[in-house]
Amino acid sequence: MRQRLLRSGQWLWVSAVLVFLFGPIATIVLFSFDRSNIESWPIRHWTTSWYSVAWHDATVRQAFVLSLKAAVAATLLALVLGSLAAFGVHRARFFGRDTISLLFVLPIALPGIITGVALNSTFQWAGINLSLWTIIIGHTTFCIVVVYNNVIARLRRTSSTLFEASADLGASTGQTLRFVTFPLIATALVSGALLAFALSFDEVIVTTFTAGAQNTLPIWIFGAIRLGQQLPEVNVVVTMVVVIMLIPIAVAVRLTGRDTMSSRV
Amino acid sequence: MSLRSFALPRRFATAALLTPPLAWFLILYVSSLALMLITSLWSVNGFTGLIQHQLTTSNIQQVTSGAYPSIIWRTVLLAVLVTITDVVIAFPFAYVMARVATPRVAKILLAAVLLPLWASYLAKVFAWISILERGGALNWTFQHLGLPAPNLGFTNGAMWLTFTYIWLPYMIVPVYGALEKIPASLLDASGDLGASSWWTLRHVVLPLALPGLVAGSIFTFSLTLGDFVTPLLVGGANSTLLGNAIYDTLLTGGNLPLAAALALVPIVIMVGYLGFAKRLGAFEAL
Repeated sequence: MRQRLLRSGQWLWVSAVLVFLFGPIATIVLFSFDRSNIESWPIRHWTTSWYSVAWHDATVRQAFVLSLKAAVAATLLALVLGSLAAFGVHRARFFGRDTISLLFVLPIALPGIITGVALNSTFQWAGINLSLWTIIIGHTTFCIVVVYNNVIARLRRTSSTLFEASADLGASTGQTLRFVTFPLIATALVSGALLAFALSFDEVIVTTFTAGAQNTLPIWIFGAIRLGQQLPEVNVVVTMVVVIMLIPIAVAVRLTGRDTMSSRV
Repeated sequence: MSLRSFALPRRFATAALLTPPLAWFLILYVSSLALMLITSLWSVNGFTGLIQHQLTTSNIQQVTSGAYPSIIWRTVLLAVLVTITDVVIAFPFAYVMARVATPRVAKILLAAVLLPLWASYLAKVFAWISILERGGALNWTFQHLGLPAPNLGFTNGAMWLTFTYIWLPYMIVPVYGALEKIPASLLDASGDLGASSWWTLRHVVLPLALPGLVAGSIFTFSLTLGDFVTPLLVGGANSTLLGNAIYDTLLTGGNLPLAAALALVPIVIMVGYLGFAKRLGAFEAL
């Protein structure tokens, strides 16, 4: 009896946490269909017209394009640098290995504002004007870790005997890379790239210090909420960001399941 | 000539792999951190607004006096509160995921935690503004239950709730990872030796889950220490955190040296905390 009570208590807790996790996100989606200018619960009249307003808003479009450019560039750079880092650290047998490993994780272990202020100091000192490139530099720095974590998790679980067998059977380094290593880590690479994209597309703290007067989509959302302007549009844009991010995230979770969790945590 | 004859000695290949990412980190990140450290010892000319490259400890002194200590204290207190709340919510949930649920259900629950973890940060912040404001769902629910409206919108309570919500998955995931690694035989042994389930939880499960809890708290702590968006958007008049102080000093006040000095505070706190976490073996739990 006591055991059964405990069990139902546990599942009640789990259900409550799930409601807590998904309730707010559901609220946002619902409010994006609210006809009223001023939000109030419950929603009385429904409309899809704010979607059309947001779609035709030139500022939102520009911000979206800037976010997309930054995210794509940062993802590609992070993909190259992150996987090189993972291969390097995985092969390394020297003393500084843990330090290097910690270095790559530092941008997400330290608060993002540190990365932002540090890069801002450098750009100011070097007289570099804030541009798309400075955004990309900031985003790449914290996206590398996502790819790195995904790839190194896969490499650690892959037996090195596979590579040795390939070499023993006469494969060149290039052939082993092409026919053994790459197929083994392909899904980790895809997953890492998708997650890096999602992280970059949504980032606001580092971007605040590296974007200057430019609006990425999160910077636009932040500004609009702060000024209390265009809130029905914010609802729509935020819902769209959730949807745009959900697709790569869901694919990544599906591809690498467990490792997805260690990419950012 | 075949590729094989190019096969480099192992050490060279490793160095070649590590050079580009290390160069990126050293040139852009580490040197920026170092420059920020130096910048915190510079000052701004009150008339010209230009940075003067003469070393001074006036920024550091400013951080440790005036309004800043109370802001730092509020930030740390909130970070502790949010971390504790997240531990309390996350632990039973992670426990069910790791030890009670079937593998299939555990997999679904993990996905259910990962999706909100990766979902848009600003969407989550905006959601809580809508829920907590005067005409929001929380007040509405309380009124329909015949209770007084909590009116949490734009208060420190709202900030605490929003942070707790947003960082919760960051706590669940590592705690789940730690709990899942505990071999079932260990718990059976404890039971067989006559321990009550409470005793087992307290003396077997909890110590083994500790690295996971510490790993999770690194994130809940670090993220709260540097955030200025949530305090600005969901907080109220007395919700200024360290992140806001840095943001205002740099972007409104244009005082980079003072902002850099303020940014040293979370670094010092986090480096201390990471050292403590390393000793507890939190990194192996990641």
